[in-house]
Order: sequence, then structure tokens, then C-alpha cells
Amino acid sequence: MNAASDVMTFENAAAMGLSRDEWALINQRLGRTPNLCELGIFSAMWSEHCSYKSSKKWLKTLPIDGPQVIEGPGENAGAVDIGDGLAAIFKIESHNHPSFIEPYQGAATGVGGILRDVFTMGARPVALLNALRFGEASHEKTRHLVGGVVSGIGGYGNCIGIPTVGGEVNFDKSYNGNILVNAMAVGLANSDRIFRSAATGPGNPVIYVGAKTGRDGIHGATMASAEFSDETESKRPTVQVGDPFTGKLLMEACLELMASDSVLSIQDMGAAGLTSSSVEMASKGGLGMEIDLDLVPAREENMSAYELMLSESQERMLMVLKPDATETARAIFKKWDLDFMPIGRVTETGRLILLKDGGTACDIPIGPLVDDAPEYDRPHGDAPVRVQLSSADIASDAPISTVLKSLLGDVNLASRRWIYEQYDSQVMADTVAGPGGDAALIRVHGSKRGLAMSTDCTPRYVEADPKTGGAQAVAEAYRNLSAIGVTPLAITNNLNFGNPEKPEIMTQLVESVLGMGEAARHLDTPVVSGNVSLYNETDGKAIQPCPVIGMVGVIEDVDHAAGNRFVADGEDIFVVGQSDIVNDGWLGASVYQQLHGDQAIYAPPPVNLDAELKNGSFVREQILGGSISAAHDISDGGLAVAIAEMAIRSGFGADITVPQAGQLHGWAFGEDQARFVVTTANHSALIAAAKDAGVEITKIGKVSASGELKFGASDAISVSELGVVFEATIPALMAG
Amino acid sequence: MTLSALRVAIIVFPGSNCDRDMMVAIEHLTSRRPALVWHKEASLDPADLVIIPGGFSFGDYLRCGALAGRSPIMNAVLDHAARGGAVMGICNGFQVLTETGMVPGVLIRNAGLKFTCRNVRLQLCETLSSPFTAGLTMGEDLTIPVAHNEGNYFADDDELDRLEGNGQVAFRYVNSDAVGPANPNGASRDIAGVLSNNGRVLGMMPHPERAMSKLHGGTDGATFLLKSLEALVS
Repeated sequence: MNAASDVMTFENAAAMGLSRDEWALINQRLGRTPNLCELGIFSAMWSEHCSYKSSKKWLKTLPIDGPQVIEGPGENAGAVDIGDGLAAIFKIESHNHPSFIEPYQGAATGVGGILRDVFTMGARPVALLNALRFGEASHEKTRHLVGGVVSGIGGYGNCIGIPTVGGEVNFDKSYNGNILVNAMAVGLANSDRIFRSAATGPGNPVIYVGAKTGRDGIHGATMASAEFSDETESKRPTVQVGDPFTGKLLMEACLELMASDSVLSIQDMGAAGLTSSSVEMASKGGLGMEIDLDLVPAREENMSAYELMLSESQERMLMVLKPDATETARAIFKKWDLDFMPIGRVTETGRLILLKDGGTACDIPIGPLVDDAPEYDRPHGDAPVRVQLSSADIASDAPISTVLKSLLGDVNLASRRWIYEQYDSQVMADTVAGPGGDAALIRVHGSKRGLAMSTDCTPRYVEADPKTGGAQAVAEAYRNLSAIGVTPLAITNNLNFGNPEKPEIMTQLVESVLGMGEAARHLDTPVVSGNVSLYNETDGKAIQPCPVIGMVGVIEDVDHAAGNRFVADGEDIFVVGQSDIVNDGWLGASVYQQLHGDQAIYAPPPVNLDAELKNGSFVREQILGGSISAAHDISDGGLAVAIAEMAIRSGFGADITVPQAGQLHGWAFGEDQARFVVTTANHSALIAAAKDAGVEITKIGKVSASGELKFGASDAISVSELGVVFEATIPALMAG
Repeated sequence: MTLSALRVAIIVFPGSNCDRDMMVAIEHLTSRRPALVWHKEASLDPADLVIIPGGFSFGDYLRCGALAGRSPIMNAVLDHAARGGAVMGICNGFQVLTETGMVPGVLIRNAGLKFTCRNVRLQLCETLSSPFTAGLTMGEDLTIPVAHNEGNYFADDDELDRLEGNGQVAFRYVNSDAVGPANPNGASRDIAGVLSNNGRVLGMMPHPERAMSKLHGGTDGATFLLKSLEALVS
């Protein structure tokens, strides 16, 4: 053991975010007081980020099974069967706190980390998405943060050569002091060639590969598990630094090595670096591990055991090789000019033993680190009951076109072109539909099969009614995939919430997970991977809760997919879904309500999962059957915004019939769920099919070549004028 | 010679990321898979066309294309060009060509200081005899995407006058339907692609390998590549 001065006290533990009970438990499990390195390892493994101690109880309620599931939660990423012997491997992960402190590096390493999770499984990454939340447009930091995060995402993804094909971005004042940066990666692997992390075979060599270890990101997982304060920016040294070039080399080297049948198990060094990778590999294999820390390739001199174990330097991997494969593997890593270093071996002891400077720096049982990690049933209550807003109480007499123009220029609905054009969305040359569509679609390389994905969450719904909001995020993703003709398969989730020790925050988490689970079960999209980010608070104020859904689906032939732009003059426009909203469309918790400056929290639109399933399936089938030529899901901003987006993206206009009676703004801007705008060249076939399926559809107009969007006889606006407004907002915001 | 007899070599640097896309594009057009040549190789098998693909060779650290330009394989590529061999550099490949002096000028940071990925429209405007433009008609438009952070072509006015006088400016950015300016990066005189003075080496920022089919949203890249390959065959 190290010197006696290294003996820790509760004050040391508290500084690492451990509670008094947790400190006592560590002492009890060890039968002694831990040293600095050991305490660091416990605090990282028991951090919220690594242990899910506040959320585990509720995550267990989510559906994780289905015939399509190859690998559920617990590995580096989830895997689903997409046919032809292939698996889609995907996960979403947050990098919120680092991105607020250092937006470029925070976002870049978020992308790098999620890519490693995917290629660790043996999959070649084929697509990146993201879900971003920033503070209000007028906040002094917003421009800086948007600019840094966007260039960081692009900086990593563009360089490593994986297309960033989709995402979502919203602005709300609750994120002024705590932005959200969630990155999702999707990869492809042969279903029978998926790599896992459980260490096997005592005596087998443990190999360190990739970049060298430095003093960056030390204890990042613990920072990610604490609230922010004004002093947090002094934590810049806890932010990792990304190197996408080394990431690219590591990816190619690992995929080449995996093809050579040398690897028994592999784990990336993400949060809590060498600590979590070694502990998780040993734990999953029911074994132990012995590592000589003097052998770890270091970038800096005199790094202590604590620093080596807690560093979150990027672009590193730990693997267990077949005993006779070391030289094959070494040659591959030499070709790619990467470090390759046997640093230890798998043991039968069930202990993590770390050697340093001729002594033992750490000797702790693996069991308590993982199995005895605290699990809390944190207090929570009932979600607040919200009043329903009647559209008559908020709607004005303004022409639809006037309101529409304001909405399209709103920072939360405006075109994201300024953002997504900074992402290479086309590298790999398989992108069929990049950013700007309902869902992104890529071709499975060398085939006609397509893989689609979308990220979704509407935090204002979750805040108003977490259970409905949790379900709505799944439903919206389901609609987005259905709107291009893709069959949804499974989801990954990223639960972004405030401090779970506050009952009202815990209530948001519990209720939204329950809503999410119900929707995932109903729509047959099990959760195969995910991430939890708690303590998203600054100076005691929580973010709007944001449980992001990343959904993946498949289509047999990408040629059959539909887009969300009008395709031909004269085609009929229908609304699929509830047709009786003419008199009172749902304006509570809508963007329309926000635009009116009404700050009250009203009930969000209800989610009817039967309708989502039925209407989504109908749209999908009619796209594949050829009766629907274009489709767009109705979400933020309602029907009028959906129609306008289809017009702007195509250049076509539309003649829309407005209801003769009732509340026009509710009709135009209500955010009632389970609805789509679709176009058809064959309205009788579509009507007949809807009748057979028991789906409500309503004809609302025709596509026109006039270049004007007409709402009834007397309200018209030019599509190009709307386009200018739609495109101007974000560039103007970023120009300052 | 037929297209399938055409020997195409694609140079691969650490950090290249459009090598596979270009390989697929060429194979699609010629039914023959191009050779991928690793940067550490010191020699090059005889080739009818050498392509330096897009990407971030060596991470674009130091300066885009600078380290790649000094890779062992580049001596062989320079020899190939010196013998009159055809060379095409796309995006990062164009940057490598300027670093080695195989085409004139330099590529600096986009005027907007942002990476830009979108369709641009190109117009053929050369008069020099070159296999890369022989099949196209003067003034012909092509819509092909760009994706770069350092595509702002720069040379001083005397040099630009000389290039124009020699007919070495292959493509310019012209008005497009896309949202945003025709010239995506502030390039001098809207230059998107330049030729060496013998017309056998082309550097261009846009990515033809990304406009190969209806699924990509356009086929102008395939048109351009096919005509170049056909010119090299005849």
C-alpha cells in the first residue's frame, strides 16, 4: 500500500461527491479505509453517471425485449436485427456539462465517445445524430455556445468521416445555464460478429490501445453527476480534449483487428476511463484484473495511480486478446501508428489489483464496485395537474398567414440550415435523406435496404405532464419514421433531468419513464440502450426535463421512401388522423402559446397510442403501396406549419380549404397528436384504404404551382416569402 | 481500351475518408475496382489515373494536405504526373495537390469561417485541352456537393490572370438554386477547380463521388467522372 498520508477521510470522499452513508459502506466493504486511488475508483463507479443509482429502479420498468433485439441495455450499445444477417448498433449519450464549460471540445468528445461505444461492438459507424438544447436566443452565452457546439460536432464527425444526418435543436431559457448536448451514433455489423465487453479466460492478456493517457478529464464522470454553480467554469481542466484523427485511426485499427478473430472482449475508455473499462470488463466476466500502471502509455510525466485511473483522455480502448493473437494485433496497431501495450491480465481473484512503482496502488474486490453500488428509491410524488387551455381563450383574429409567418421565423421552428450545413451529412455516400426531413435515411452500403433514424423530445410537454411528454417523445419519433415509410424497430434514450434528490424532479423522471415505457411497449419499439444525465441544474434551477428518444427503423428498399416536400402540382392534400378538432385544436403547451408570451403551464396534447399505431402504420403502408407521395408529421406549430414546410422545401404552393366554423387558430396551429399531412395522386385509393383501416382522413386542399399558400379565398402568402423568413432567423441570431 | 481496362489508383492517407466512396463510384462506372494504395508505399503500379480522395489526411493538423504532401507515396505520384500521367485531387486531395505544387494556388479557410456541406453549381469554363473536361461542353452546368472548411481558392492577381489566360481554370461556382451564395467559400474569381499547365492534373473542391445516383439527389458527379474516364480511355 501507499504511504499513510494517502489514507482518506470522509472530507476527501465528500469532495468526490460521495455521501456519508456511501463512505461508510466503502470502509465496511474493504474492511479498512481506502487510499486516494481506491476512493477515486469507488467515487467514479458509484457516481450517478456510472451507477445509475437514482434511475436504475425506473429504467428496469422499460421494455427491452422483442424478436428484433439482439443486444439490450448493458453493453456499450444496443443492437437490433435489420435483416440480411445485419445488426444496427446504436446508442445516444449526453455530454452536457463539458459542453457548457468548453463547447467545442465538449461536443466533439461527445461525438467521439458515442462513436467508440458503437465501434467497440464491432460495428462500422454509419450515421450520427444529435439532440441539442440551448438557452433563449437573447441570452448572452447562447451564440457562443451554439457556435462552439455546432463546430465541435462537425469538427469530430466531419474529420472521422461519419455523416451527421439528423438531429433536433431547441431554445428555452431553462437551458441558459445548462445546455444539453446529446449525441447518437448508429453502426452496422454482421449479427454474428458482435463484440462484447465481458472479460474471459484468466491469464489472457489485457491490452491498452489508442492514444496516450494525460491529465485531461480527470474525474469527469463525477463532475457530470453534480449540479452546476457559478464556479463550475473553473472546472475547465475536467473537460476532455478530442482528437478525431486519432479516433479515425483507432476505429480503423479496431475494425481491422476485429475482422482478424483476435479479440475476446473489448471496452472503450469513456466516462471514468481506465477505471470503468477495467471494472466493467472484469465484473461482467465474473473475474478479476491485474494491471501494471507503470506500463500505461502516458502523455505526461509522474502521473499518479489516481490520475491514470481517473483520466478521461479520449481515443483509448481496453481489450482482452486471445493468448496467441498478440503479435497479429500489435502489427495492426503499428500500421496505424497507435500505442499498443499489454498492461495486465485477467485473473480469477475477483479483485482489481493495480501495481505502481513496485508496490500495490489498489487492491479492491470488484463485486462491491458494481453489484453493491448504491441504488436509491428517491422520493417522488404525483405530477401536478394542469388546466386545459381552450383555444378560444388565446386565439386572435389575425389571418393564418400572418401567424404562420411569425411562427416560421420563431427560433424554435425556423430552418436549421445554418447548423446542419456545418455537418458533413454525405460522407460514405449512402445518405438518402439528410437533415431537414422527418427522419434521416441512409442506405445499407451495397444494398437497397435503408436504415432510418430520428431524435425527438418536446420538453415543454414533459414539463407540463411528464408521463404524457415521455410517451409523446416516443410517439413523435414513431411518426417521423413512419412519415418516410420506415418500420420503427427500437429506441435508445437519453434522460436529461435536474437534481433527482428533489422530489419534484424525481417525479418528472419517474413519470416520464413510465410514459416512455408504455409508448415503447405499445409501439413495439423496445429500449436497447441509453444514458441518464441528472443534476442538470445551475444555482438550484433545473432545466426543462428532456428525455430524448433516438429511434431506428428499417425499410426494404430506399427507393420506396417518401419525403416531406410536395412533389407534384394538383395532388390532393389530406390530414391523416383525428378530424374533429376543427372547433378546438389543442393550443395548450404549443409553440403558438409560447409565441403569445403566455407563460402559464397548461396540459399538453394527449397521446393516444392506439391512434399513433394505427395512423403511423397506415401512412407507412400507403407510402410503400404508392398511394402516398409525400408525408410530414404534424408536431410543433401544428397543421399550418407542416403544410408550409412541405411547400417551402418544394417550391410548390397549396390551396387549403379552411373550416367554415370554429376556432381557426386552433385548427391551424393546434398540436393534436397522431396526425400527418400527406399528398396523393390517387385520392380514391387512399380514401378506400383509410376506410378499410379505420383511419380518419380529411381532404384539406391541393398542391398548386402558384407559389402561394392560400388559406381559403382571402388569405394568401407567397411561399418564397415564407422561405425567406424561415431561413433568416438562425443566421441572424448567429450574426449577433 | 475499354473502361474496364482502365487502371485507377486511389491514394489512402491516414484520415482519408472519401477513399471508399470514390472507389465505389469508379467501380460503378468502370466495373473494375480501383487499387487502394497506402501512403507508406514508396512506389505506384502503372496507372491511367491516380485519384487523391477527400477527407482529413493526418487530421489536417499543421495545414490541410501538408503532411500528406510529404508522404512516401507522393514522390511516386509526382513521378507519375511528370510522365504526363493523369491525377485528380478532390477536396482534401486538391489541398494535397496545391501543397505539392502539382496545381497552382493555395486553399485557405472558407470566407464564412465555417465548414460548409451543400450542393453547388459548377460551370465548365476552361479552354485548355484536358481529359477531365474533354467530354463536357463549354458553359455546361453541373450540380455537385461541397463539404469543406478550407476550400477558399487563393492566388495573386497575376497568377489568376495567367491561369485564366492559359485556360487552367476548370470550374467556377455559378448561381445555384441552393439557399446561400453561389460561391460557398469566397474563392478568388469563384474558382472551384484548376488544372495543371499540361491539363493532366485536376484539383477540385466539389465531390463528384457524392452525386452518383438519384438517391444522392443528382447524377452530375457520375456524368463528370464518366466523361473523364472515357477521355482517358480514348
